[in-house]
Amino acid sequence: MGKLIEIRDLSKVYERGKQKVEVLHHIDLDVDEGDFLALMGPSGSGKTTLLNLIGGLDLPSGGSISVGGQRIDQLGAGALAKWRAAKVGFVFQFYNLMPMLSAQRNVELPLLLTKLSAAERRKRAAVALQLVGLADRATHKPAELSGGQQQRVSIARAIVSDPALLVCDEPTGDLDRQSAEDVLGLLRALNRDHGKTVMMVTHDPKAAEYANHTVHLDKGSLVEQATTA
Amino acid sequence: MKYLHLVWASLFRRKTRTVLTLVSIIAAFLLFGLLDAVRTSFTQAGQSANGAARLQTGSKLSFIQTLPKSLLAQIERVDGVKAVTHANWFGGAYQDPHNQVFSFAVAPNYLDLYPEIVVGEAERKAFTATRTGALIGERLAQKFGWKVGDHVPLQSQIFPDKSGSKNWQFDIVGIMHSSDKKTGGFYDQMFLLNWKYFDDTTPYNQGSVGWYVTRVVDVNQADRVAKAIDALSANSDHETRTQTEQAATASWMKQLADIGLIVGSIMGAVFFTLLLLSGNTMMQAVRERTSEIAVLKTIGFSSRSVLAMVLAESVLLLMLGGLVGLGLATVVIPAISAGSGGMLNLPSVGAGSWVLGLALMASIGFAVGALPAWNAMRLNIVDALARR
Repeated sequence: MGKLIEIRDLSKVYERGKQKVEVLHHIDLDVDEGDFLALMGPSGSGKTTLLNLIGGLDLPSGGSISVGGQRIDQLGAGALAKWRAAKVGFVFQFYNLMPMLSAQRNVELPLLLTKLSAAERRKRAAVALQLVGLADRATHKPAELSGGQQQRVSIARAIVSDPALLVCDEPTGDLDRQSAEDVLGLLRALNRDHGKTVMMVTHDPKAAEYANHTVHLDKGSLVEQATTA
Repeated sequence: MKYLHLVWASLFRRKTRTVLTLVSIIAAFLLFGLLDAVRTSFTQAGQSANGAARLQTGSKLSFIQTLPKSLLAQIERVDGVKAVTHANWFGGAYQDPHNQVFSFAVAPNYLDLYPEIVVGEAERKAFTATRTGALIGERLAQKFGWKVGDHVPLQSQIFPDKSGSKNWQFDIVGIMHSSDKKTGGFYDQMFLLNWKYFDDTTPYNQGSVGWYVTRVVDVNQADRVAKAIDALSANSDHETRTQTEQAATASWMKQLADIGLIVGSIMGAVFFTLLLLSGNTMMQAVRERTSEIAVLKTIGFSSRSVLAMVLAESVLLLMLGGLVGLGLATVVIPAISAGSGGMLNLPSVGAGSWVLGLALMASIGFAVGALPAWNAMRLNIVDALARR
């Protein structure tokens, strides 16, 4: 299996007023296509920053990031937005659904950026909702759904445009144990059965057990890589 | 168009706030429609082809000063004059001083100079033949339920008869119709009485004339004829000012008030307030959607798309309220005109007002949406998602 993500000598420095804060130092990391990687570490270790850089939400201060053979650190803002729309699905801790739209409409959002017809968009959103087990909740608004259901809707939104990479930032951080296991099981199924590469930031060792590999970060540096049994 | 449902849903995310803002916009554009109709009504007064070919000669000092009757023959001799007539303001009221009637004492040939006032030949003859005869506009007749043959008392606010009574008696001999309802609404409310009856009855007039109306042979010579008429009374105790009927009406309106300035000032204040109000609504609406906008950008919406969607939301808000407001004005104005019994003859919201209204809706929409749209476009995804 080939490499999907290649990170070389990656660093990120934030400027807070006159002060410079180096969040990531000279990271080297490879992620295989179809891998499920958990990114762990204490608060402030740079996990989310690394995830944002891999997802093309931020640009590095130094080094390079290639995803699927494309140097995303060299893309401009417009090209990066198009790249995200086509190649990456995002899952957030707090779901970040549009409260005024139904589950179906929320899932359709990424498809608005494609040339698909309205009927085709509806059809694909329905399939994605079926995949996450929420076909019967299509017309419900987020406020009418439980936290676990909302997160499953956000996963449906992440996969509806069929991206190769899923970027998940603490996807179970706001869920009870049962809902968390449902969501993690769903991510594992997407990884195993549909070949999605999943990168997940988590604090929870039990959540990390669902991944194939775990990478530990501390103070902006990779300290350990482990393969889950 | 495929983003329309998203824009619509964002607009009504906070229904109460949006509805209240819409009510303000509706009120502003309803007011715009009404005031624009008032302005148009004043602008149209006297604006007819006949109005351009008629000259009005009044006292240079004040429109309440009268002129000598002897001037009539002199004006008739001026080169380029086709016909001359005269009139006096009567100032009548029916039953109650609040029921003001636009009443004028006119010469027998008065209607010859006003072809846009349609009266039957028999009725005109009856008017000339009947000393107390009166011709009335059709709206005035409708307002008071008068008909030909009725004996009508009017109280003059100015002129008493020789016994000192201000109660005058008239016999209605005909109904006048305006041939152009758009510009001639005033004629439908007039009450014409015989100048001879007026002059013989009141000791206040003594053969004087309120103003002369002259029809010129060639409308292009109107300016020269006006100067020649004014030259007749130069350096006398009754100097005159002669202008076209259009100019005279505009001048008279200006003496009442500068309607354009008043309407412009009110609308300026209303739209400035609307700008602040809807601008505040849009700023709040976008600020509370920071994380949602960040998510849109995260999943691939470009900064320009986000800018366009916020601007579209703002323009949609103004368009919705503005169209309902102007639509209401279109319905309300004819009702006001009808309800006033002919006292107000407001034109309905015309194409020009709609075009101006739509331009205002779009420009205010862009103006109030510009800053929040700019902020949304420049939103940093990472900061917004981290709620920094």
